Amino acid sequence: MAELTIAGKTVEVTEDGFLVNPDDWTKEMAPELAKTEGIEELNEMHWKVIDFMRADYKEKGQIPTIRRMKNAGGIPIKELYNLFPQGPAKKAAKAAGLGKPQGCI
Amino acid sequence: MKHLLVLGGGTAGTMMVNKLAPVLDKNEWRITLVDEYETHYYQPGFLFIPWGIYNKQDVIKPKRDFYPSDIDVIMSTIEVIEPEQNRVKLSDGKILNYDMMIIATGSKINPAETEGMKEEKWHKNIFDFYTIEGAMALRNFIKYWEGGKMVINITEMPIKCPVAPLEFAFLSDWYFTEQGIRDKVEIEYVTPLPGAFTKPIASRFLGDFLEKKNIKLTADYSIGRVDHENNKIVSWEEQAIDYDVLVTIPTNMGSDVIARSGMGDDLNFIPTDPNTLQSKNFENIFIIGDATDLPSSKAGSVAHLQADVLFENIQRAMDGRPLKKGFDGHANCFIESGFGKGILIDFNYKVEPLPGKFPLPGVGPFSLLEETRMNHWGKMTFRWVYWNLLLKGAELPIEAQMTMAGKKRQ
Repeated sequence: MAELTIAGKTVEVTEDGFLVNPDDWTKEMAPELAKTEGIEELNEMHWKVIDFMRADYKEKGQIPTIRRMKNAGGIPIKELYNLFPQGPAKKAAKAAGLGKPQGCI
Repeated sequence: MKHLLVLGGGTAGTMMVNKLAPVLDKNEWRITLVDEYETHYYQPGFLFIPWGIYNKQDVIKPKRDFYPSDIDVIMSTIEVIEPEQNRVKLSDGKILNYDMMIIATGSKINPAETEGMKEEKWHKNIFDFYTIEGAMALRNFIKYWEGGKMVINITEMPIKCPVAPLEFAFLSDWYFTEQGIRDKVEIEYVTPLPGAFTKPIASRFLGDFLEKKNIKLTADYSIGRVDHENNKIVSWEEQAIDYDVLVTIPTNMGSDVIARSGMGDDLNFIPTDPNTLQSKNFENIFIIGDATDLPSSKAGSVAHLQADVLFENIQRAMDGRPLKKGFDGHANCFIESGFGKGILIDFNYKVEPLPGKFPLPGVGPFSLLEETRMNHWGKMTFRWVYWNLLLKGAELPIEAQMTMAGKKRQ
């Protein structure tokens, strides 16, 4: 585990740069985390996704999948790919301060 | 008299009743199994049907041949599970109360989840091979195909038997070579995964195989829709890939009854303790096989390893003892690689597939993460093992928990 200072706060991160503890996350960190995934600016829709993910994670204890964001969050999959190109589940989870979504085997 | 209810008489459900019926005290527990279909399919055999290696008769037997005689079997669809009331409603209105329940309702493909997939070209030049109908339709197509571009596409994870699409790719290379038309067939393997497989060492190893066999790998591709009129798949990011024939692995989902009962996640898979196989929400319910939401592989061989753990935990639960955290995600898969050879991988939640010998460390006869003829024979022998030993709940020389013995770290 490495430590990284994001938006003035020093937190633990994984080797891929995901926060280790979702509770360390603050709103101020999101734009910086998103930048590491090539997203220069967060607009209202980005925030809708991040807010949904955090709320759903808090409720269910699991990082929501793309399908869950569509079904429960009402965010179309196409839109997710526009907002977080090439891997929305992973990129949005990073910006939202959640861990790396676990792929299945 | 207490009642153990088993929902689903596929690989996992059948194994469980065969293990439990002989050991439960008949004065204390009666067992009822509910399933809606009469026919048991040897699903690993579907892979061999498109090439004419197996035919339909090789992969079907009546389910009833495999149930123990001293349990009740009900042929019916299930209307709804009401776990708070400990009861299950069947379609005809009949109510089954239970004291303990095993859910083994499996998973199935759902091509309608992808726009344009299950339209007029379905089973014309768009095929699945995860159903008997799809595998047979694909057989009839391939038999007369003179060449063109074949795209093999995984829609999204998780899927049943994650290595089957790779095996399909390897076998297509072999088959078209044998037919003398390999130079007229272009094969592209399109996957949402970052490589040929999920885990780095196996992914590299299997990726090299694709390259060696002149199969193009397109990774990190998430299909958004099928443009069936123009024979293209199109990703969410509008990347189009042309095909003449599309072999798709559609979205895999758990049973509809799980959705109707509000017991599943967004893919109808049931939240399950990854080590004890107990339901996360109801302590008298256990889940086994493809119906779980576990990150282990969805495959009969994995259900078999889970069955050993569940067999013990069901009895512990019946006796009021603490459950054993016995399941470690262990999976053991033969990968048919074409030309009479095969590869074997063995892994669990934490340890990725590594090279070595199996099941006897240093001896074999099977070789892990290596292509051998012996591994191919293991694969072909498995059908006999499946019908004659595995379904009947017999002990096989594979431990539920993975072992590092005989494996080499690279």
